[in-house]
Amino acid sequence: MSVREFNLDEIRKDFPILAQQVHGRKLVFLDSAASAQKPRAVIDAMVHVMEAQYANVHRGLHWMSERTSDAYEAARDKVAAFLNAQAREEIVFTRNATESINLVAYTHGRTALRPGDAVVVSEMEHHANLVPWQMLRDAHGVELRIAKITDSGEIDWESLEAQFADGKVKLLAITHMSNVLGSYTPAERLVAFAHARGAKVLLDGCQAIVHRAVDVQALDVDFYVFSGHKLYGPTGIGVLYAKRELLDAMPPFMAGGEMIESVSYQRTKWAQPPHRFEAGTPAIVETIGLGAAIDYVQALGFEAIAAHERALTEHGLKVLAGIEDLRVLGAAQDRGGVLSFTMPDAHAHDIATLLDRQGIAVRAGHHCAEPLMGRMGVTATARASFALYTTREEIDALGAGLLRIRQMFK
Amino acid sequence: MMSESQELYQALIMERSKAPHFAGRPEAFDAQGQGENAMCGDRVQVFWQRGGVVRHEAHGCAIMTASADLMAQAVAEKTPSQMTALRGAFEEVVTSGRENPALGDLNALAGVAQYRSRIRCATLPWVALAEALKEGQVHG
Ligand SMILES: Cc1ncc(COP(=O)(O)O)c(C=O)c1O
Repeated sequence: MSVREFNLDEIRKDFPILAQQVHGRKLVFLDSAASAQKPRAVIDAMVHVMEAQYANVHRGLHWMSERTSDAYEAARDKVAAFLNAQAREEIVFTRNATESINLVAYTHGRTALRPGDAVVVSEMEHHANLVPWQMLRDAHGVELRIAKITDSGEIDWESLEAQFADGKVKLLAITHMSNVLGSYTPAERLVAFAHARGAKVLLDGCQAIVHRAVDVQALDVDFYVFSGHKLYGPTGIGVLYAKRELLDAMPPFMAGGEMIESVSYQRTKWAQPPHRFEAGTPAIVETIGLGAAIDYVQALGFEAIAAHERALTEHGLKVLAGIEDLRVLGAAQDRGGVLSFTMPDAHAHDIATLLDRQGIAVRAGHHCAEPLMGRMGVTATARASFALYTTREEIDALGAGLLRIRQMFK
Repeated sequence: MMSESQELYQALIMERSKAPHFAGRPEAFDAQGQGENAMCGDRVQVFWQRGGVVRHEAHGCAIMTASADLMAQAVAEKTPSQMTALRGAFEEVVTSGRENPALGDLNALAGVAQYRSRIRCATLPWVALAEALKEGQVHG
């Protein structure tokens, strides 16, 4: 429920960096899928902790520590409500989504999965949701299977069926939205499909969480991960949601302070989740910053954010379609504002450098998804990605810049 | 409009990336070297023939392709140790942005110094050449 009107001019004023100039031009930031800019509310919340209310958490008996612990744990409540988790104990704070996935691979992966079991990922995973499973395969003897995608960048259900046919699959680890193709995956259907075949599901929500409301109970998903920095929050803070009974059964990922109940030289008793998985002093300031970021997007509401971004995506696709020979990768029915493209003769890096001189920031390269590049028959793409603060005019500037580049390279 | 970037993407660079003069795998060569940039998938193969004949096969961005071609031109008829010295001088130009009158057309790439992430593109063909020269020494 939004408590604030979606007024783009006002919203842009919330993000101080958007007033910056690059190479003497107004910054046009179209790289939010890599990391989003931060609203004043997040910056202020973090400064406030350090200026007025800072101490280590869960340790001191003094006033400052208690207040800081409260603020830190309040962020956990915010995340739990944001994801509609059943309990706050289901929210584990990590450094980023990468760490969240590694945590699941090392703990759940090495205890709940047995040699001979299989893990399925799709062809459109970020390396963060591929390499940890490869390492689990090599260390623990599970099989890693790759489910195909269609040319339009959607799940190939026939391929998925085939991967599950022998009943060995115990985990489906799959993106909720591709960081290259912009495709959303049908999370609810995937979860039902995997559960019906005896497998748990991990959704990589790094991209999806920024653009739509996620309800982990409605999805019935087992693990959900995301990073704070793409959700207008700070770096250094990530989230792992996992169903309570799964966390209960998982051994710690890292050992040290905070994750124990009692320690002697003979025996150490682990703490209950989520603290079992939060060894050492956590990212206190960043966690509180993430809480502020969640407050910020919730005040605007995903209904309004999604409507704005849907219009941007439609406009972006139209603008790109107007540029001769430009190829947009993927054409999923359900797609968001992440547009990857190539141009004949102009390499992605040339495109990015030339746009940068006009103040337009896009990403170029393989986007940490090398196997997907191979699948789509390219080595690199340029990628423009949209956020809640992106304007139509910025997309028009991208279009004008690309037209000029097309002429140069023709 | 794009005046500054056109300094980097100037006519000589665009020309040589679109229609390189020294591209193609020769029928005979004495050694070859590879350069690969994992970040963007750029790949270049450099072929060296005794007497200072260098050819390239470049697959990648305009900067890398033009650099390979201008390199082949600059090292023509040079000895391996002269080529190595040229590499050092060239790397100085693309990292400092200061042209070196002795380097001729290679100075067209001086503008790359402004784009830290692109210096790799300009120097990649020289990495491949160095590999070829090393191989040439071992077998020659
Ligand atoms: C889909 C997806 N998964 C995982 C990641 C990894 O996120 P982080 O680097 O914050 O751990 C990213 C970010 O690039 C992403 O887009």
